[in-house]
Amino acid sequence: VGPGRAGPRAAAGPGRAGADAVSAPAQGGGSAVIDMENMDDTSGSSFEDMGEMHQRMKEEEEEEAEGEAGAGEEEDGEFLGMKGLRGQLGRQVADQMWQVGKRQASRAFSLYANIDILRPYFDVEPVQVRARLLESMIPVKMINFPQKIAGELYGPLMLVFTLVAILLHGMKTSDTIIREGTLMGTAIGTCFGYWLGVSSFMYFLAYLCNAQITMVQMLSLLGYGLFGHCITLFVTYNIHFHSLFYIFWLVVGGLSTLRMVAVLVSRTVGHTQRLILCGTLAALHMLFLLYLHFAYHKVVEGILDTLEGPNMPPFQRVARDIPVVSNAVLNTTAKAIALTL
Amino acid sequence: FPGLADVSISQDIPVEGEITVPVGSHSPDEDYSTLDEPVKDTIMRDLKAVGKKFVHVMYPRKSSALLRDWDLWGPLVLCVSLALMLQGGSADSKDDGGPQFAEVFVIIWFGAVVITLNSKLLGGTISFFQSLCVLGYCVLPLTVAMLVCRLVLLAGVGTVSFIIRLIVVGAMFGWSTLASTAFLADSQPPNRKALVVYPIFLFYFVISWMILTFTPQ
Repeated sequence: VGPGRAGPRAAAGPGRAGADAVSAPAQGGGSAVIDMENMDDTSGSSFEDMGEMHQRMKEEEEEEAEGEAGAGEEEDGEFLGMKGLRGQLGRQVADQMWQVGKRQASRAFSLYANIDILRPYFDVEPVQVRARLLESMIPVKMINFPQKIAGELYGPLMLVFTLVAILLHGMKTSDTIIREGTLMGTAIGTCFGYWLGVSSFMYFLAYLCNAQITMVQMLSLLGYGLFGHCITLFVTYNIHFHSLFYIFWLVVGGLSTLRMVAVLVSRTVGHTQRLILCGTLAALHMLFLLYLHFAYHKVVEGILDTLEGPNMPPFQRVARDIPVVSNAVLNTTAKAIALTL
Repeated sequence: FPGLADVSISQDIPVEGEITVPVGSHSPDEDYSTLDEPVKDTIMRDLKAVGKKFVHVMYPRKSSALLRDWDLWGPLVLCVSLALMLQGGSADSKDDGGPQFAEVFVIIWFGAVVITLNSKLLGGTISFFQSLCVLGYCVLPLTVAMLVCRLVLLAGVGTVSFIIRLIVVGAMFGWSTLASTAFLADSQPPNRKALVVYPIFLFYFVISWMILTFTPQ
């Protein structure tokens, strides 16, 4: 098949090359010699058409690799000859626009939805994670020299999810009822909201107070500070002594707060700025722990208060099958509170 | 080719040649045949694939069948049945059970997506949907545990029933975690397996906790 065939081939547009060439001899009367007079020669030269034919074949290969949705209609078009030309042109234009649009969309997608942007922050070893977890409870002594903060997101993310799980456990144990929403939604919202929101706020404050810290480092620092929260809540959601909670709050919460504060102080210059940053962070961190404990235990206290009363509220009867140990503790706490009232 | 505009081929010289076109288009025939088969065949084929994957989960061996042709039918069925069985377990009778269903759905799918993203970020070689498929199918032991718990709760609520349920749920939780770890941890670099296993552990732990603390109305 020589360049004489280039005419209808160019007009046919992207279609099945195979079906095209196979059907051509039948159309041309079984011979490869084509009469130029019968051709739809819209362009001046056959070599120009040759170039266009090559271009079309290349685009066809690309398109065939992707899919052959438009193949059916193209095959119909090629037999129309002169009449189908305007339709062919329109189809080609539409096809080109589709290609361009698709390319732009895939480029935008690969730019923004690229998960590889976050990949460097997850490049950790288990040993490192364990070391950082333990370090988050040990306050540093050197505050005149900027302390190194690892900008890693795996540990903080896992700690936030662990906190969500512990919170869920605490809410179910204390029979918290959430009317407008779900327990899970509240737990996730609280923990992620604290982590992301307070980190952003502290980063903004750090920017105002000229502290040397980046956003990822702030996220990492605060995330690891939640380790103390996790430990405290895990213990006190199961053992309901109030005094125990206060001890844990001061000791464990205080240690993790001290560490975060020391690291921030080492990276800030100036007394007023240090005071602002550290005061805010300490207040928010400790108050969050207080909030987590009391917001989801109030219902327990409500039940215990009414235990002494004559009428039992309905949800008393569907007491959960919490292990026997904590039932005994509940009773002891109830008696303790009843005595103090 | 502007310079060659005046070249033309004389008609005395026949242009000959051969065109071999690779007739590789078997797909229309295939579509034709699977479109034309009875509906029962299609459904049975899909059901068999799902059933085979269930067997792979219950007896986790190092086979790649679960990973190769993934499908999300099994996880959907398991998720819906688990959510239906966990419904109505809230303490307040005024609660209409709606949030419970949504909760379970959200936990399972959101948790699976997070674990998949995490394992991809840690350098895993498994694809997004393959990981979702594995995590969804490995909920099967926990669904079985839920069934057993419901049956035990029919017998009564007490310390004995709690201990039985604790043992059953604990065993199934271990099974789920081991099964999914067998499939997913292989796709990780060897020294980071613990980093991938922990979120899976947490995920199945939360589901097991929901099953264990379920009390019927």
